[in-house]
Amino acid sequence: MTDPLTPVLTDLWDAEQGWKLATYADKGGYEALDVAFKMSPDDVITAVKDSGLRGRGGAGFPTGMKWSFIPQDNPKPKYLVVNADESEPGTCKDIPLMMGNPHVLVEGVIISSYAIRANKAFIYIRGEVVHVIRRVQAAVAEAYAAGHLGANIHGSGYDLDVVVHAGAGAYICGEETALLEGLEGRRGQPRLRPPFPAVAGLYASPTVINNVESIASVPAIVKNGASWFGAMGTEKSKGHGIFSLSGHVMRPGQYEAPLGITLRELLDLAGGVRHGHQLKFWTPGGSSTPLLTAEHLDVPLDFEGVGAVGSMLGTRALQIFDETVCVVRAVLRWTEFYKHESCGKCTPCREGTWWLVQALTRLENGQGSEEDLDQLLDQCDNILGRSFCALGDGATSPISSSIQHFRDEYLAHLSHGGCPFDPAKSTAWAGQEVSA
Amino acid sequence: MNTQPRASQLDDKTIGELREIAARYPEARSGLLPMLHLVQSVQGRITPEGIEACAAILDLSPAEVNGVATFYTMYKRHGVGDYHVGVCTNTLCAVMGGDAIFARLKEHLDIGNDEVAVQRQGDSRTVSLEHIECNAACDYAPVVMVNWEFMDNQTPESAVQMVEALRAGHDVSSTRGPRLCTWKEAERVLAGFPDGRVDEGPTAGTASLAGLEIARERGWTAPGPSAAPAKEAADD
Repeated sequence: MTDPLTPVLTDLWDAEQGWKLATYADKGGYEALDVAFKMSPDDVITAVKDSGLRGRGGAGFPTGMKWSFIPQDNPKPKYLVVNADESEPGTCKDIPLMMGNPHVLVEGVIISSYAIRANKAFIYIRGEVVHVIRRVQAAVAEAYAAGHLGANIHGSGYDLDVVVHAGAGAYICGEETALLEGLEGRRGQPRLRPPFPAVAGLYASPTVINNVESIASVPAIVKNGASWFGAMGTEKSKGHGIFSLSGHVMRPGQYEAPLGITLRELLDLAGGVRHGHQLKFWTPGGSSTPLLTAEHLDVPLDFEGVGAVGSMLGTRALQIFDETVCVVRAVLRWTEFYKHESCGKCTPCREGTWWLVQALTRLENGQGSEEDLDQLLDQCDNILGRSFCALGDGATSPISSSIQHFRDEYLAHLSHGGCPFDPAKSTAWAGQEVSA
Repeated sequence: MNTQPRASQLDDKTIGELREIAARYPEARSGLLPMLHLVQSVQGRITPEGIEACAAILDLSPAEVNGVATFYTMYKRHGVGDYHVGVCTNTLCAVMGGDAIFARLKEHLDIGNDEVAVQRQGDSRTVSLEHIECNAACDYAPVVMVNWEFMDNQTPESAVQMVEALRAGHDVSSTRGPRLCTWKEAERVLAGFPDGRVDEGPTAGTASLAGLEIARERGWTAPGPSAAPAKEAADD
């Protein structure tokens, strides 16, 4: 039986200068590299496959299997690209990880690149986090100076160069093929698949794209073994993951736990929903994952458990909203976000998200009729599964799930002639106001 | 291939650095995003000269570069303040108070979204204001960014005090980062030229440590390497 919380990636975050190579090395950092170099690249892939590690960027695709799709008989160079474009609303785990322990990412990049036989890797970080970029830039520079990067790493004969690349503000670049477009100096619009990036990715060469947390999980797997990792988590969702609690909770923050922990357990650790209030709705993994309610407190937060109740584990971005929050206001704001971030490539998403904002705005203002709800669901139906990428699909999740769980609240806007909620009651400082 | 950019106000040092960025990549065009960041760090926005310089170096048409520059929200067609203040108004921050903070700052600075506040007599620095999307700091909501550094757990009052300190030219530090540099200086870091501020600020902020502190108090850890059932089956 493992402990309720299992700090692995977060373990260095309370260290003085956790971003320094010396701090990381004191805790055994870069030792996994030598373990990996004593293995063949294929054996490293097998170890990661055996661990059961699944992508931590939301989709949960098995990481080792993704690596094994790289056609090694393709004469073109292979590339590793780290997706550090963390932008899904509610998601806030990769940013503190790169800020506090960037070397575990760098070591993961080296081992992962070795496994897929790449000699060039890129870390694509969203541009809006300057200090995180400083920390990763410095970690890469320190790793070069220490001989962990460059030519003939640790005398292994293996060479690797890493480029830290800053994005420029586009949620869509979290989508892996749009990210590749951005990394090639183009507008970040998704590509048609197939061909998948494993076959034709960056510069039409075989490319693996993994989330920060996925890559950062690799060193400990290689060092401690696949069964060590598999001892945490559930049967099909193995290992540790960072759970991010935000919103109306007493102690918001990052909680690294085995997959399969429940929101009830996490809320107990976090001191519960803010005092005097009750849980109303929450996202299990960012705004693109359908909303859940208090009836889902005991759902195991693993890929299967959350999927079974009609949502998705996503990025474990647990946004907690109490009874003071108007669900229509919340959903409208997310919808405005998707409209703003739609890249414009495909019609259902480009046009559809505009329609959704218009319909929701009317409802939030108490205009329209109950039939508008059905029209809204019909619009969602014409976007979900008909868009070029998952952005359009994600835009429909909060709408359809909120109508499913809170249809009466939408209707209350109509009978009330507007929003019946007072937004001042939801703020972080509500109830703490002092008279001027 | 063009080797000399046309009439450009960019000096030789900048042109050299633009080439240096392009040379980091197997294919030079990959350097375009950081190159545009460098243009902003020198000229304060995306200028026609900057677009032409990038186009000449990458052997693209200015229209192709322009098409990229207009896609990404961090590239500005008009100048911003020395300090560009971004208030998160995505759902979670908005609900937690971001809407109130943004409204108060608009009123206080007497500007709308994506505008620069008037530099009053006595102000040594300028500020601009924009509402932004989720900046991956939700456990610190409501979040404000200044020149893309975190200003966590803000209130309308703290945000007004902060912009006044910035306009007065006082040193202001990120709540979990360094002393704030100017927007142009931050753009230079994004172009891949470190500024030596990496060692400022903590390893992690308070909220980031919430789970780790509980684990430390209760002695909870991941299974030790020695406990890894590598050689013998797990006892369950």
